[in-house]
Amino acid sequence: MPKAANRVYFDSSSTTKINDEVLATYKELLTNYYVNSESLYSEGTEIYRMLERSRAAAASLLGVEPSEIIYTSGSSEANSSAVKGVSFACPGKKHIITTQIEHSSLLNACRQMENIFGYDVTYLPVDRYGTVKAEDVLRNLRDDTVLVSVMHVNNETGAVNPIAEIAEIVKKKSHAYFHTDMTQSVGKIPISLRNVDLASMSAHKIEGLKGSGILIRKTHVPFVPLINGGEQEFGLRGGTSNAPVNIVFAKTLRLALENREKYHDHIASLSDHLKEELTKIPGIEMNTPEAAMDGIVNFSYENIPSEVMQNALNQAGFMVSARSTCESHSNNPSYVLTAMGYSDRRASSSIRVSLSRFNTAEETDRFILALKEIIAHYG
Amino acid sequence: MVKYDTVLIRYGELTTKGKNRKDFIRQLERNIRHILEDIDGLVYERTYDRMYIRLNGADSETVGERLKKVFGISSFSFTEKVASDIETISQTCLRIAAESGKNTFKIIARRHDKTFPLVSDQINRAAASVILKNTDLRVDVHQPELPIYIEVHREYTYITSDKIRGAGGYPTGINGRVLLLLSGGIDSPVAAYELMKRGLRVEAVHFAAPPYTSDNARQKVIDLAGMVSEYQGSMRVHVINFTNLQLKIYEKAGDSYAITIMRRMMFRIAEAVARRENCLAIATGESIGQVASQTLESMSVINDVVRIPVIRPLVCADKIEIIDLARKIGTYETSILPYEDCCTIFDPKNPVTKPTLKRCEEIEEKFEYQPYIEECITGEEIVIAEPKKEREDYL
Repeated sequence: MPKAANRVYFDSSSTTKINDEVLATYKELLTNYYVNSESLYSEGTEIYRMLERSRAAAASLLGVEPSEIIYTSGSSEANSSAVKGVSFACPGKKHIITTQIEHSSLLNACRQMENIFGYDVTYLPVDRYGTVKAEDVLRNLRDDTVLVSVMHVNNETGAVNPIAEIAEIVKKKSHAYFHTDMTQSVGKIPISLRNVDLASMSAHKIEGLKGSGILIRKTHVPFVPLINGGEQEFGLRGGTSNAPVNIVFAKTLRLALENREKYHDHIASLSDHLKEELTKIPGIEMNTPEAAMDGIVNFSYENIPSEVMQNALNQAGFMVSARSTCESHSNNPSYVLTAMGYSDRRASSSIRVSLSRFNTAEETDRFILALKEIIAHYG
Repeated sequence: MVKYDTVLIRYGELTTKGKNRKDFIRQLERNIRHILEDIDGLVYERTYDRMYIRLNGADSETVGERLKKVFGISSFSFTEKVASDIETISQTCLRIAAESGKNTFKIIARRHDKTFPLVSDQINRAAASVILKNTDLRVDVHQPELPIYIEVHREYTYITSDKIRGAGGYPTGINGRVLLLLSGGIDSPVAAYELMKRGLRVEAVHFAAPPYTSDNARQKVIDLAGMVSEYQGSMRVHVINFTNLQLKIYEKAGDSYAITIMRRMMFRIAEAVARRENCLAIATGESIGQVASQTLESMSVINDVVRIPVIRPLVCADKIEIIDLARKIGTYETSILPYEDCCTIFDPKNPVTKPTLKRCEEIEEKFEYQPYIEECITGEEIVIAEPKKEREDYL
């Protein structure tokens, strides 16, 4: 394994280093609060109370009711549950609208609905800036549309979809429910749940624990649980509650929202600088659109395929991704870049740098130097 | 966010005069100091019709959130205290406007010191022209996004951009003490709020029946008391172990009269506790007709056992109104947690809705209840419920 010293972590959209405060609280909970939160003895009810207080704290940070937060194992579960849970709860409606650039957890859930359950799914295209057009949603709404799901920020390019506009259209022009995957946007840009019926969030993208996330489901949305069990999570997700993990979610979210404002400028200036320097290198094409969220910089150098470039950067001490990390073991071109209209060659040579508050200007400068050397050597 | 250095507090229902007025203001200050006691650096200044708190760097948002819950405040504003000269005043207005992120503004000046060289309208124009020259904000005299109030006093001028509505009412405690029957349902915490709003200091009595009722149920009541005590600082809760008496009641009273007799016993106990604690009245969250024990007939025979006044702040409120208030004061979510309480645990199938006094007395003659009442009162446990100020470590 490469030595940790001097290694540069440029993969924060994939996952993040755990926040010290979150870790300390988690350790404390794990050690001292091990009994089942559903147990009726005092120790159990104390954990139950902490869990519910934490749920209320998270709810108030998000401006929803506590009963509208369902703890999940992360965004993949939240996404899959949103698609299936709502669709199965509304029999008779067999049409789903989503986009070509969603995370695999959402796309594959939709494909299942299509292939196994006979649903009709519309996969909306994106423009060359990687964003979905609100009028495309409007055009494709049908009487039997049960769900519209459009991600807030794309994980590969950082492109920001106009979800406020889309949510309003879905609310006003149809009886469908609107879900959005906010995994990449929460803690990075301002979020609003106005007109949003369901939303997915993940803890480990915001310096929290892996295997932790939430599905926000507003009270009026019909929902069938995918995991059956007891009355945990209002009967919407069975299984003994992972209390210590769920309890620290509120703290994770609070710190992420507090840190967002504090570190936004730092991250923005790093990514601006990086983009500026990258575009100066001949042959480098910027895949991240201009209006994207700060912190994600996706580019291609067509002469060097993603995997080779990643290996070379790894040797030079940089941890980066190509496409979505959840797709990292496939050799196909990035479907997100393909959807944006880029060639297979460009979509097979993309590199995603994703920054956090811990990165420095010195690191981005070193990255540019290393990249130039790699291009000179292998390009 | 604009940063302010002072909070200006306007008093509420100050129809009272003389000594009462002094008491009002003194109690209000005491309540404010209490609710802000953990915040360092605050300096208080009282004038005839206002109170000022110098923040000295304390977080204005936290202070504002707390002040919203203090009865006796009609409104408050965050303000900037500056020297009374037009140059300083204009520059401060400019800073506030520039930091606000708003698009339209209006200056509303008031000249308390009539020796100030400019009249109100001239102050308006002077400050507005500086903002117009240096920012993109426009004037909107009808619906400004940013109203800026200027109050010129002899030495200092207060410049404030927002008027925040206070909780109204009388300072809690000024009108005496009352003992509230607190159940853990939706109504009684709301009743506590209404009582406090009228300037009463509220203590609570809660009837628990372990092991028929759980620790959860008891904790829920303490939590509710803690939440609503944000309006008065803290709340003493007398937790009465009611089990033995309750079992006896069910043995003697039978299904239909059990609740009526139980309520009569609760009232007797509450009166005794109230007299001992110098509370001048007892209070309940009852609302006419809501359940069998809250019909006028029921209330009448239940009320019959006490001489102390019984205050029922919600007596004519609709359930919807009560729920709205419960949501507003933040107790609703906790109130609906499904734990058994004294009133639900033995839940009779056919409670009488029109009990008669005669029948009640016949039942009560069947057993010596006084020793049980004594046992309840002497065995009480007093819990001080407090609002959660600090965020708990794990949140």
